Amino acid sequence: MADSTLIGLHHEEEHRPELLHHFADVTQQRNAASLGMWVFLATEVMFFGGMFCAYLVYRTAYFGDFAAASKSIDATLGATNTGVLICSSLTVVLAVWAAQTARRALLISMLVVTMLFGLAFLGIKGKEYYDKFEEHHVPGASFSFDHVPIPGHPGEYANPRHAEIYFSLYFVMTGLHALHMIVGLGIFTWLLIMAWKGRFTPEYHTPVEIGGLYWHFVDIIWIYLFPLLYLIDRHP
Amino acid sequence: MTGHASAKSPLKLYFAIWATLLVFTFVTYKVAFIELGPFNPVVALVIATLKATLVALFFMHVWHAGERLTKLVIVSAIFFLFLLLGLTMSDYLTRGWH
Repeated sequence: MADSTLIGLHHEEEHRPELLHHFADVTQQRNAASLGMWVFLATEVMFFGGMFCAYLVYRTAYFGDFAAASKSIDATLGATNTGVLICSSLTVVLAVWAAQTARRALLISMLVVTMLFGLAFLGIKGKEYYDKFEEHHVPGASFSFDHVPIPGHPGEYANPRHAEIYFSLYFVMTGLHALHMIVGLGIFTWLLIMAWKGRFTPEYHTPVEIGGLYWHFVDIIWIYLFPLLYLIDRHP
Repeated sequence: MTGHASAKSPLKLYFAIWATLLVFTFVTYKVAFIELGPFNPVVALVIATLKATLVALFFMHVWHAGERLTKLVIVSAIFFLFLLLGLTMSDYLTRGWH
């Protein structure tokens, strides 16, 4: 009885090199990996949550100044970047589907297209940062935000010190988001190499799935950053 | 995360979610330029939350998640986020009260 169980286990292990010995089966292993990623994402919610909280406190205190500062940022670039990230989320989910259904060529091309969308996002972001440097809207010694009218309040001008807080939050929040994008590109480079080597099968493609979870999460952060930073008080 | 559970192709769903997300983005962008008073941020946040929910449920496969612990982790993350924002704002927004 014991012998046959041992032989059975051994037999199974031989055919499943991807199954680590401390998991009962592939499903349990996959669920554990996915749960681990979700716990990490929960800590990320807390991490970004602190910044969203700081933003909320200062936005309620200095609403007019924040609205004036927000208006100086190109909302069309922000909206375009939102579209770019949404398209990248589609290609990620297609990559996961390709891995599930053993379509190696599709998996590789979807990983590449996702990375191209990621690079396009960073390029557009770079253009935005460049504009802010040109306009002296980067917090620091050369910061300048004089005589900028507060939307909806004719004759009133934004307080440059309060606007500087907006730009500090803008650079820290979008900068950390961009850093997450760069980390995501690193993860996807590794996934691409593994996919190229044919390491992913319908039974084992957990890295694609949890790498995808990370990418979608970074997309969700941007979904909130876009209206909060770019669209505070845009109407004329 | 039961990848092989559904026999039929989910591609149609993925493309439908993608199109919906793009439409929502366009709507947020356009609505921001219309005067709605206090409802501008409300509309923006409601649409953002709808988009985030669609991404989580269908792109991150929470809808079909076999592991209930995953849902517990998500709910607790949202709960503690609201605890942070709620307690902080209950302080800052009531400082003018006497």
